[in-house]
Amino acid sequence: MLAMNYRGPYRIRLSEKPMPEILHPRDAIVRVTRSCICGSDLHLYHGMVPDTRVGTTFGHEFCGVVEQLGPEVENLKVGDHVLVPFNIACGQCHFCLQGLFGNCHEVNPEATALGGIFGYSHTAGGYDGGQAEYVRVPYADVGPVVIPDWMDLDDAVMLTDVVPTGYQAAEMGGIQKGDTVVVFGAGPVGLMAARCAWLFGAGRVIVIDMYDYRLEFARTYCPAEVYNFKEIDDVVVFLKKATDGLGADVAIDAVGGDASGNALHTLFGTKLKLEAGSAIALHWAINSVKKGGIVSIVGVYGPTGNMIPIGNVVNKGITIRANQASVKRLLPRLIEHVRMGHIDPKAMITHRVPLDHIADAYHMFAAKLDGCIKPVLVPNGG
Amino acid sequence: MTLPVIIHTPALTSGAIDTSTIPGWGVDADPLNDPTYPIRDRARDPGLTSDWERPTIQHPDVEILQSIEHIRQPAVVGTSVPPSGLSGMMRRTAFRWSESNWTHWLLLMGADRVNVIEGIVDDLAHARIPNIPAEMGIRSELAHNKRGFAKKLAVGGLIGVVAVGLLKRRRQQ
Ligand SMILES: NC(=O)c1ccc[n+]([C@@H]2O[C@H](COP(=O)([O-])OP(=O)(O)OC[C@H]3O[C@@H](n4cnc5c(N)ncnc54)[C@H](O)[C@@H]3O)[C@@H](O)[C@H]2O)c1
Ligand SMILES: [Zn+2]
Ligand SMILES: [Zn+2]
Repeated sequence: MLAMNYRGPYRIRLSEKPMPEILHPRDAIVRVTRSCICGSDLHLYHGMVPDTRVGTTFGHEFCGVVEQLGPEVENLKVGDHVLVPFNIACGQCHFCLQGLFGNCHEVNPEATALGGIFGYSHTAGGYDGGQAEYVRVPYADVGPVVIPDWMDLDDAVMLTDVVPTGYQAAEMGGIQKGDTVVVFGAGPVGLMAARCAWLFGAGRVIVIDMYDYRLEFARTYCPAEVYNFKEIDDVVVFLKKATDGLGADVAIDAVGGDASGNALHTLFGTKLKLEAGSAIALHWAINSVKKGGIVSIVGVYGPTGNMIPIGNVVNKGITIRANQASVKRLLPRLIEHVRMGHIDPKAMITHRVPLDHIADAYHMFAAKLDGCIKPVLVPNGG
Repeated sequence: MTLPVIIHTPALTSGAIDTSTIPGWGVDADPLNDPTYPIRDRARDPGLTSDWERPTIQHPDVEILQSIEHIRQPAVVGTSVPPSGLSGMMRRTAFRWSESNWTHWLLLMGADRVNVIEGIVDDLAHARIPNIPAEMGIRSELAHNKRGFAKKLAVGGLIGVVAVGLLKRRRQQ
């Protein structure tokens, strides 16, 4: 079968690889019909995630058709068209029982701090991902959801990560009616977080990014007040002034370790890799939220450490909430939101690329070329 | 196979204190003061025990590296690219340290860089010259960022010319 093949930072190609096999009685083999490239893949692509081995296949956002099932999977049948949450989870450990499907303890031998994620390095369990023709789906009786027949496949694939992650970012913000919410990052995750902030009753939503084309999109899609931080001298002062000198009630970091905007963080975090990614968006979030406010982090950072103003967290009495999205927990609610027309995930898809051109799709998404917001990979000739 | 690791842990004294002997125990407990709600479902929290009903255990037939913070192999594991070569040796060594230790991650990052070179050597050994511009997505660069590409080329060219000039001068001296 054809699969994405990582060769080193900034280098990928499509290769012939052996078909995945059932390795556990609760596995399924899925033929991929849609897969996405995500901001999280960029951390891998840039060589920032430890233990990303050459030869690995990325891709944690995909849907497809069940081709083969292990003997213990009883709730799916061959031929089902499923969307597959990006977290792999057993459904019965201490954490899964509490709905923490992003923090399963029975899935990742290499790290206890991180659950299992498809195609996300050995640090996330060593699973191949869905940017391929076929993929092994462990615990197939827990994660995958049969796509309702009224649902567009493009919406379905966005429900595997982007939508639940944006939604959970807003949920963790503990937004109360009338709250002012500032979202850092106008990528798919930030856009969805800003959109969902309204569902929780926000009174005002502000989005910060550096790309005008993304901000333009955010202005009407979310909708939100939008500002380009490249045009602002000091983002924190700007946001304070915009909130009567107090700061926002809730600040959301939807950027993570690939953040721009500060030379020191870029040098230490992205170039020298002395910190686990550039933490400037988080820095701004902490400093621009009000005293007693909430900072919600879904942006992804590496496992070592970052320079963040923890003293201000203490002095301002800030609550920090963060996690990998618990996709499975949120799906029933989010499927309902799509059905009711409260959210329109597929509107964020700007590019549709055959698997053959995956290297170009990565470069385009990483370098933010051609107005790219979300690229979807489709099977060759499909 | 993982390297044998000996961890010396002092005996834990869990449960040694009887809470009924503590004056005022629990008088201020407030279920609404739960910042983890609704991310955590307290109703299904059986307490801190690793004694849940476990899934069937997968027996991988490739080498799996395991964090020393785990008390047992997780039931299901990924088997995509087993460690091999020099980078594999570095990765094995890294797993002598916990996730909390910088050495662990620095060794893994180092192994990743070594692995890139191994990848190129492996390509050449299979009589394949990696098409690096194509792997880096040159087509989309040319289609959507001609100007940026020209700038990068020009800067690269300039650095090249200066470097060659400097080398020549040094040789002459
Ligand atoms: N926690 C989770 O479960 C989860 C799931 C999916 C993605 N993520 C993470 O969410 C983040 C965003 O993902 P995405 O797909 O939207 O990525 P993306 O790369 O498309 O978007 C990131 C955006 O942030 C902007 N940005 C850069 N520096 C900034 C700064 N200092 N302030 C404000 N904006 C800045 C960029 O211009 C870009 O538009 C990534 O870190 C990704 O790994 C987390
Ligand atoms: Zn993703
Ligand atoms: Zn679990």
